[in-house]
Amino acid sequence: MDVQERLPHALETRAITLQVNGASHTFAVEPRVTLLDALRERLALTGTKKGCDQGTCGACTVLVDGRRVNSCLTLAVMVEGQAITTIEGLASGEQLHPMQAAFLKHDGFQCGFCTPGQIVSAVALLAEGRPTDPAAVREWMSGNLCRCGAYCNIVDAVRDAAEGAR
Amino acid sequence: MSTLVGAPIDRVDGLRKITGTANYTGDLPANQLAHGVLVLSTIASGRITRIDEAAARAVPGVLEIITHANAPRVKTEGQGGVERTLRVLQDDRILYDREPVAVVIADSLEAATEGAAAVRVEYEAEPPVTTIDAGVKLPVDEDDEPELVRGDAEAAFAASAVKVDAIYTTPMEHHNPLEPHATLAEWDGALLTVHESTQGVFSARKRFAEIFDLPLTDVRIVAKFIGGGFGSKGSVWPHAVLAAMAARLLARPVKIVLQRSQMFGSVGYRPETRQRVALGANSDGALTSTIHEVTSQTSMFDDFTESATAISKMLYASPTAHTKQTLARTNQATPTFMRAPGESSGSFALESAMDELAYATKLDPIELRLRNYAETDPNDGSAYSSKSLRACYEMGADSFGWSKRTPETRSMRAGRMLVGYGMATATYPTYRSGAAAQIRINPDGSAILQSGGADIGTGAYTVFTQVAAEFLGIALDRVNIDLGDTLFPLAPIAGGSMLTASVASAIKVAALDARGKVIALAVADQSSPLHGASPTEISAEDGRLFVASDRARGETYAAILDRHDGITVEGNAQTQMGPSEEQYAMHAFGAQFAEVHVDPDLGEVRVKRFTGAFACGRILNAKTARSQFLGGITWGIGMALTEQTRLDERTGRIMTANLGDYLIPVHADVPHVETILVPEDDPLVNEAGVKGIGEIGIVGVAAAIANAVYHATGKRIRDLPITPDKLL
Repeated sequence: MDVQERLPHALETRAITLQVNGASHTFAVEPRVTLLDALRERLALTGTKKGCDQGTCGACTVLVDGRRVNSCLTLAVMVEGQAITTIEGLASGEQLHPMQAAFLKHDGFQCGFCTPGQIVSAVALLAEGRPTDPAAVREWMSGNLCRCGAYCNIVDAVRDAAEGAR
Repeated sequence: MSTLVGAPIDRVDGLRKITGTANYTGDLPANQLAHGVLVLSTIASGRITRIDEAAARAVPGVLEIITHANAPRVKTEGQGGVERTLRVLQDDRILYDREPVAVVIADSLEAATEGAAAVRVEYEAEPPVTTIDAGVKLPVDEDDEPELVRGDAEAAFAASAVKVDAIYTTPMEHHNPLEPHATLAEWDGALLTVHESTQGVFSARKRFAEIFDLPLTDVRIVAKFIGGGFGSKGSVWPHAVLAAMAARLLARPVKIVLQRSQMFGSVGYRPETRQRVALGANSDGALTSTIHEVTSQTSMFDDFTESATAISKMLYASPTAHTKQTLARTNQATPTFMRAPGESSGSFALESAMDELAYATKLDPIELRLRNYAETDPNDGSAYSSKSLRACYEMGADSFGWSKRTPETRSMRAGRMLVGYGMATATYPTYRSGAAAQIRINPDGSAILQSGGADIGTGAYTVFTQVAAEFLGIALDRVNIDLGDTLFPLAPIAGGSMLTASVASAIKVAALDARGKVIALAVADQSSPLHGASPTEISAEDGRLFVASDRARGETYAAILDRHDGITVEGNAQTQMGPSEEQYAMHAFGAQFAEVHVDPDLGEVRVKRFTGAFACGRILNAKTARSQFLGGITWGIGMALTEQTRLDERTGRIMTANLGDYLIPVHADVPHVETILVPEDDPLVNEAGVKGIGEIGIVGVAAAIANAVYHATGKRIRDLPITPDKLL
């Protein structure tokens, strides 16, 4: 089949079930819908941001089975059955995740747009068991861009949270 | 003022930002929402000969396609200031790369995106003007950046014992806030409501009203959370007009969110500059002449001036000066304000030239600047409302360890790396605009504060809350703040570092007005312990009003209002620029210090540490203020080393329209940055004692880094950014 023949099939809407922040959501999507757009446009989980839609900025970072991924480069149909965690799923009720609390304390954000991605990425960084000296944190957080220039404070926040987790 | 103002409290909007519940324009839902996606030109100059919409219209879900053939006519001319002339599908001409040629509206984002990709546009291309040198030159409007002639600078330069004369260039740079520009427009009959990622809801309202020929009262603009602006969100741009146009045609709400590559289209940029700086001095370093000539690019259809010469008019006590700016028309979109517009690009040239003069006169760079320290405004001799630049030099140098610098180039090393120390002066003018504020004290003693000002990440929500709580005398968490809506009191744009100076002053006056009204109720009330007390001796703290000399004598706001039928008391303020603006020169100052390591084999420059010391009047929140300075310095690191928008000079097309090729600093590019808040009390500048802090942080950073690179390598790079190829 050439592309023109395959295209209609590829665009057939299908029902999928996603596990997001511990809840199960079944809905119909076209295979071309990204995980980011599914979260934002179908599940109204708009905490995950679209900064570039090209995998260059990290604002859309979510956890899939604990691994940080750019949800703009992930199709929703690819992650059926896997545990997806977004910024909305980090706190336990009123109790902030320690990384969220550290970002607040250290002013690790300004406009707040990159912040969900930074926090989710930082949570994964600690879970990955990376070293947490400043140079290592900078290196392993370099996939998350911040245009306001809050990097120094983010590094302080990540290291503070790492200290608390130890 | 006591505990609340100045305190490093956490952002009051922080909880929403760290939990993902702060809703930016692109996050907002609407009933019957339709999505719009722009189609942009693929040539920089020419005309559209044909648009084939058939394939796009065949995409399921596509509702409408607007092109120049069917777009309603609107008023596109800007009136200056933040208003740019807009190219919004009104004719078949193409004047810049990535100009809108169509907008596709569909039921879903995917369908609109597919539809936009399916629109076929044919052009008759013309050779574009792609460089400043090739562009038609025109003089700069006197209102934008007037020519300065102070004495005979050319003659003084010719007669100078020491001369520095060089050309400095800065590239096109794009703002790239992490939140792409977004607009959600909805019509209710003749009433237009626009959720807009804007730095100024009132200036946006004026512009929408002009464009669609509506009375101001028929337009409402809302901007609760804005994901960074830096100047690009100071203006209404084509996509916003097209969203409102589409919403009217379809009678449905329409949302347009720009794609990242479209952020290099019609939403402004810092123009390329070509700058000649000539400094003449006596052998003791005293300036005799300052000459600064700048050519900057603008578009084919509108004039924007990057005021790069402004800093050279005022920074040093040069007895003669000549500054002049020229524009060059190129086939790019119209530039706009970008963080410290003029000061950042101009300071790169001036402060690099001062470093060259320091070497020419064999003076320490700080000593050279002190020998030319302006005690009064060099333009008219007027006094400064305050100036603490000496303290910035001293505290910055001391903390940085400037005294460890050996002045010879290539004289410091760390292993195989060449080490350089460089410094530069920072300054930014203090602007202020009229503003209003309204505060209501509720019967339970809590308060509601409303202002039309927008928080683009500056901390406005937080510092406004602090000022209101302080002057009402209530706890921070008893102030409910709401910003970013034209239904609220007038505030200027969050730009020019003037929002806080303007609105904090109004909030202070409104808080004292509301508090005074409650005090008036209490002293006239026989049931109140405050009955008969003089209003001037009454203080307020933690929700309680009391006699200052007898703290036990008092009662709470809630108790007073409860006895008065549970009324709500309203305080209002309308502030204007004060007489001080005419009498005094008002500027913030700072000193920037960089240590760089340069790889001698690879030419790679790493900023190893950075210190900035800033004196900006009263600091309302030490935590958010530091963040503003950190942000400015981070921008300066990008300006110095990585940021440039590159064109294909044959076609005039931008080759770096993504964040993988347009390199803003990442975590690994930014070292430990130290910020020093130099104490400065300025009762003259405005009621709040505040000078702006949003822009000064970037000023001088690129020069400090370039000067450090010279110190490390002996190579003077006068062309930003300082990429490895220029050092090899």
